[in-house]
Amino acid sequence: MNITEIIVVSLIKIVLVIVMILVAVIFLVYFERRISAWIQYRIGPNRVGWKGILQTTADVMKLLLKEDIVPSASNKTLHTLAPIIALFVAFSTYAVIPFGPDVTIFGYQVKLMVADVNIGVLYVLALTSLGVYGITFAGYSSGSKYSLLGGIRSSAQMISYEVSMGFSVAGVLLLSESLNPQKIVLAQSGWMWNAILQPIGFITFVVSAFAETNRLPFDLPEAEPELVGGYHTEYSSMKFAGFFLAEYANMIIASAMITTLYLGGWQIPYIDKLGLGVTLTTLLQVGAFFLKVIFLLFFFIWVRWSIPRFRYDQLMSLGWKVMFPLSIINIIWVACLIMIFNL
Amino acid sequence: MELKRREKDLTVWQKLYIPEIVKGLALTLRTMFKPKVTMEYPEIKFQPPSSYRGRPVLVQEENGVERCVACGLCSRVCPALAIEVQAAETELEKERYPKKFEINMIRCIFCGFCEEVCPEEAIVMSKDYELVFTNREDAIYGKDKLLVPVEKLKDRLEFLRKFK
Ligand code: SF4
Ligand code: SF4
Repeated sequence: MNITEIIVVSLIKIVLVIVMILVAVIFLVYFERRISAWIQYRIGPNRVGWKGILQTTADVMKLLLKEDIVPSASNKTLHTLAPIIALFVAFSTYAVIPFGPDVTIFGYQVKLMVADVNIGVLYVLALTSLGVYGITFAGYSSGSKYSLLGGIRSSAQMISYEVSMGFSVAGVLLLSESLNPQKIVLAQSGWMWNAILQPIGFITFVVSAFAETNRLPFDLPEAEPELVGGYHTEYSSMKFAGFFLAEYANMIIASAMITTLYLGGWQIPYIDKLGLGVTLTTLLQVGAFFLKVIFLLFFFIWVRWSIPRFRYDQLMSLGWKVMFPLSIINIIWVACLIMIFNL
Repeated sequence: MELKRREKDLTVWQKLYIPEIVKGLALTLRTMFKPKVTMEYPEIKFQPPSSYRGRPVLVQEENGVERCVACGLCSRVCPALAIEVQAAETELEKERYPKKFEINMIRCIFCGFCEEVCPEEAIVMSKDYELVFTNREDAIYGKDKLLVPVEKLKDRLEFLRKFK
């Protein structure tokens, strides 16, 4: 492939991924509302479009038509920048997640990911830590004490949970001996899923992912009863929608990361033994990836409507006194596995 | 002073959180498939019981005359000052009748005091909860809207005799 072809293919992939995330967010918001309703013995939005499927579109239309209010006490530049940072981080993280094996289309060897980066996992970790800037800036620039508290909480929470997140990922890296997401997926062939080999690491990673995406039970930055709306109290119109979008996009990324790192990515155990054609196998594998992600997204929503919010001190003690030691135990466990079974 | 132990200390199993979380998740999962309580309003309407306090209405006897004798007690007791009564004389046995009877439905708070105080059982709370108006004038209900035939209010009248 020459340079133009590479650029064209990459552009196509970027557009595809962004459109995919946007569409996914629309459905995600809809399903969040429906599932929450079902859990609370309600029906949920079911009027706009077939079974209410266009509810989110209507909501976005409404937000677009609203006045964009910028508080006079705010720092205008940062106030505008914050949702952009949040969105940018949320979307760019998806670049390194592989949703299928390499395929050949029209004679081109195409990787089913936007960028095959050798340090993909590191890239994701780095970008998600950048994501905290969006929230902190939003809190800082709003000129409101509730926003500021939300922003501060968010940064404290992210820093605490990033530590255990990093350590849980270390377990995965020990097994796959690579930071490349595609190689990590390939290392989990058969039933050698990391979730099965290192259940403790899996749990700590999932819990940290919940904390990183600010989802309940860890949604302290936007705890409504205490902080009005947390960091986005002073946001309205499309800027608010930006945060909303970023939150849901982050959820998708977290699910995709959990799938890639722990649930075997796009792999279906022993599918090559079935002797299906290459095309069919690939399609099934891509389907499997999306199924896993969808299940995790459902899990995110399900947990949100089941578990109450943690108190701030509980959150911190859980992060430092439970999750952190557990993730270190996990590393030792993985090291022992490698020693004993020569994996 | 002896310290009282907490009624419920968590066991080690409960302190692990994870099993308890799984229990909670199982509960919500079960709930998801249970029948829903939502009534889809415009299609399915709520049928209130006779104890329901909808908009206050005037009882209209079989002969088409209202029961009200325009004593003004309801208007006096109304905490929201929603009722206006103007009395006039009539040839009928009751001697007085309301020339004008108006309830401002924007003011009414559905307390039911008017019904309670009325000596003639002439004003009662109906089951009507669909109150829509597009301007303030429409919200003032005159006798034309307030008079409801007595058959339609049987439920409420019986309820009142039993419990008032
Ligand atoms: S229900 Fe209460 S507020 Fe309404 S008209 Fe009767 S007394 Fe007044
Ligand atoms: S209290 Fe009863 S009788 Fe007296 S004015 Fe009101 S409705 Fe008429």
